[in-house]
Amino acid sequence: MSEPLVSIRDLHKRFGGNEVLRGIDLEVAEGEVVCVIGPSGSGKSTLLRCINLLEDPTSGAIGAAGHDMTDPDVDIDAARREIGMVFQHFNLFSHLSILDNVAIAQRRVLGRDRKAAEDEARRRLHEVGVEDKDHDRPGRLSGGQQQRVAIARALAMGPKLMLFDEPTSALDPELVGDVLAVMKGLAADGMTMIVVTHEMGFAREVADRVVFIDGGVIVEQGPPAEVLTGPRTERAQSFLHRVLHPAD
Amino acid sequence: MAVQTRGRLTPRGRRRLARATQYTVVMAAIAVAAALADWGRIAESFLRADIAAAMFPQVWTAFGNTVAYTLLAFASGMVVGVPIALMRTSGFGPYRWFATAYVELFRGLPALLVLFLVGFGVPQAFPGLQYPGGVYGQVALGLGLTSSAYIAESVRAGIQAVPRGQVEAARSLGMSHTRTMVTVVLPQAIRIVVPPLTNELVLLTKDSSLVFVLGVTTGTMELTRFARAELTANANATPLLIGGLLYLLVTVPLSTLARRLEDKEGRG
Repeated sequence: MSEPLVSIRDLHKRFGGNEVLRGIDLEVAEGEVVCVIGPSGSGKSTLLRCINLLEDPTSGAIGAAGHDMTDPDVDIDAARREIGMVFQHFNLFSHLSILDNVAIAQRRVLGRDRKAAEDEARRRLHEVGVEDKDHDRPGRLSGGQQQRVAIARALAMGPKLMLFDEPTSALDPELVGDVLAVMKGLAADGMTMIVVTHEMGFAREVADRVVFIDGGVIVEQGPPAEVLTGPRTERAQSFLHRVLHPAD
Repeated sequence: MAVQTRGRLTPRGRRRLARATQYTVVMAAIAVAAALADWGRIAESFLRADIAAAMFPQVWTAFGNTVAYTLLAFASGMVVGVPIALMRTSGFGPYRWFATAYVELFRGLPALLVLFLVGFGVPQAFPGLQYPGGVYGQVALGLGLTSSAYIAESVRAGIQAVPRGQVEAARSLGMSHTRTMVTVVLPQAIRIVVPPLTNELVLLTKDSSLVFVLGVTTGTMELTRFARAELTANANATPLLIGGLLYLLVTVPLSTLARRLEDKEGRG
């Protein structure tokens, strides 16, 4: 058994007087796809954002992609280069064309020349199915296209690990499928992924493991068939019932 | 009864009545002013073609100085203001405190007082001090200090208007704080900030009229000082009219430009 790609020990995060994470332990193996589910405000996005230090953990230890993230001397920029992140609201650079969105960090961070970066960008955009938009601004694309560009932008850096923070929550329902299809393909290619999501169908089909978080702790985890179909804890049962039968 | 009558008016009828009232009041005021005015004396005081013609071509030197003082103050205001704005948005406390104190100080003081300080206060404290460029150097510093405070505030607002998600996306791709600023934040902030900076240029154009307090010569006079000199020499107000028109020649196009840029920014 090789070293886990992500290893989190006793992670706490406090915003002022509000303790959002209350001791999270989680390991993710290379190539594993972990879906994190739970009610809003349960701390699942905060957990994800602690992994690449968009939030500073209050205490605990985090290792990710071979970097000790909680070491005060960690080269944070070097670590983030190897950890791709996809946001709920895409966050494409609004002043840059689609091609530049995917090429800019390759050039400025990895030091690739323009041609190499743009070639790689086109290849990645082709992969996510957004073509003939190279020179458009992000605002001209649909949400689904923007999110796929955002995935291409992260992939172009050649990450070892991908973090998805509710990647389809801001999308119109008919656009969700294209984004999930791209993520499914990525999982099939063996990418290590941590996905915070409300898409139970995706979790059931793609995840190797489902982690249910509530009140800042992991309440239950296991293979999707177990956690989603026969949750053991009452909290998970009631959450899943609310998600799967919202009209009841 | 009157209340009942008004109550019966439709909203459109009420708007029409209000407009008609405003129009009547304004027209009446203009009519009274026109009737009381001595048109012959107004023409004699403000519209003497011979006096206007005699101002040329020297007035162009003054006009050029107004433009030069404005641009100098704006340039030095930018050079100081942008770093102050960056310091105001810094995560490092002492930078923020210094920048806040700087902005509050120079935004809170009259530009005239700052010019006096630069022109007369500082040379007293440092005898033998020579400003490079003479009066031009004094203007760059004096008006520049005031304008840098306003510019810093505009640029800070622009930086803070860039959505947080843009920074997070850049940082998560491995860009350093500085790289993120240069590559992502400032290019977006500049678009937001161009209209208010254009307005600052309009304000500076008018503030350049304060330069006279530094004591200027024929060669370094700006528009207002020149117009005032002509006013005294001719005992006639026509030079003020010409000077005013020349200011508008600069400020109206700038204001129009600022408004256009604002509309464009609003549309995204």
